[in-house]
Amino acid sequence: MRDIDLRQVKELVKKAFIEANYHLNHDVRDALDKACLSESNPKGKEVLQILTENYKIADEGNFPLCQDTGVAVIFCEIGQDIHFTNGDLNETLNNAVAEAYDSGFLRKSIVESPLYQRINTRNNTPAIIHYEIKSGDCLNITVMPKGGGSENMSCLAMLKPSDGEEGLINLVVNHIRQIKGNPCPPIIVGIGIGGNFETSALLAKKSLITEIDSVNPDPILAELEQKLMNLINETGIGPMGLGGNTTCLKVSILTKPCHIASLPVAINIECHAHRFKKISF
Amino acid sequence: MKTIHINTPVNQNQLKDLQAGDKVLISGTIYTARDAAHKRIIHALENNNPLPFDLTNQIIYYCGPTPAREEFPIGSAGPTTSTRMDEYTPTLLDKGVKLLIGKGERSEQVIASLRKNNAYYLIAIGGAGAYYASTILSSKLIAWPDLGAEAVYQLEVKDFICFVSNQM
Repeated sequence: MRDIDLRQVKELVKKAFIEANYHLNHDVRDALDKACLSESNPKGKEVLQILTENYKIADEGNFPLCQDTGVAVIFCEIGQDIHFTNGDLNETLNNAVAEAYDSGFLRKSIVESPLYQRINTRNNTPAIIHYEIKSGDCLNITVMPKGGGSENMSCLAMLKPSDGEEGLINLVVNHIRQIKGNPCPPIIVGIGIGGNFETSALLAKKSLITEIDSVNPDPILAELEQKLMNLINETGIGPMGLGGNTTCLKVSILTKPCHIASLPVAINIECHAHRFKKISF
Repeated sequence: MKTIHINTPVNQNQLKDLQAGDKVLISGTIYTARDAAHKRIIHALENNNPLPFDLTNQIIYYCGPTPAREEFPIGSAGPTTSTRMDEYTPTLLDKGVKLLIGKGERSEQVIASLRKNNAYYLIAIGGAGAYYASTILSSKLIAWPDLGAEAVYQLEVKDFICFVSNQM
């Protein structure tokens, strides 16, 4: 049994949310810098140049990368041999979010009673927390401020097994054609295939926790990701939908076994403000 | 790519040459309003209540900024998705709003209303909130502070970059 002090967890989670909102990960910076050189449409190029300027201004620590500092998503992998001390884990994570959004000058974007009053909770909680029990005594936390505009452009489909690869490709590419400039392209496309209804959505979200330059360990999926990315970039939607060959910076796929009758596919869209930070204890 | 400078107050003469894809640099006064503020503006119009600002010839920016640090006029301030305002937009255009700034696509009804009213929809760069903050010289909360980031702010901007939507 290993003791982990939740006071330490709170400080690190708080810091991670602030850092994620101000300091763009280096793989995304590199991808935007490269896209500036390869974009053929002058308007698209100008948008990308401003986005590179944007991450540099945000890096100075006065303005977050985007005004939508997101819903606070947290993935928490807990080793079964861990014992938490000095508090309640769920409360600690929510307190970390509330303090980060206050002291970090981040926007509070969560409303209670979603269908009716929609009253802002004023501290950006509750966070959306996914817990997973693992073997051993490690604690791995990933924080992910997730923007609402791109999230709104996500979708889920229960395909027929016979739809196969072609059906999946059509689903993804037609969906991207429909949403055009809405999710702030260039985008990251996270795809969850398999599991069931809710698992596919969670897989899609998890697949977004990826570096732009990473390669899927499954060579068949790596090839499919590349194929999808090429097709999405051939749509010509371009940066902010103003035209160009940079619509997508990355396609990332995760899969799970599923029922003989099913082929669930979820598409979770993320904008170029691809924000996450990992903490290990 | 043509670049057009627009200085507020907007007049029809400044708008007559705008074409899809043109780059527009705005200097002067613009007003923020997003989902909740739109709902209240429409409610005020329906009930003949006073509005936060006179809509005639104005520019509305769909934006909910982050809180400002003491030494700056505003926080991060990029555009939000325009389509959520589609339902309210034709009414505001009929009341004289001339330019709308946001991101993404508009409905056919909005495009038709823009054409009818000689008004334009401009696309700002989503996710460039820190960059836009650097083009905002001052900001003043003028209505509905209870809405937090969704309150109405009057902004003074300098060379605020956007592009005429390809739908125009």
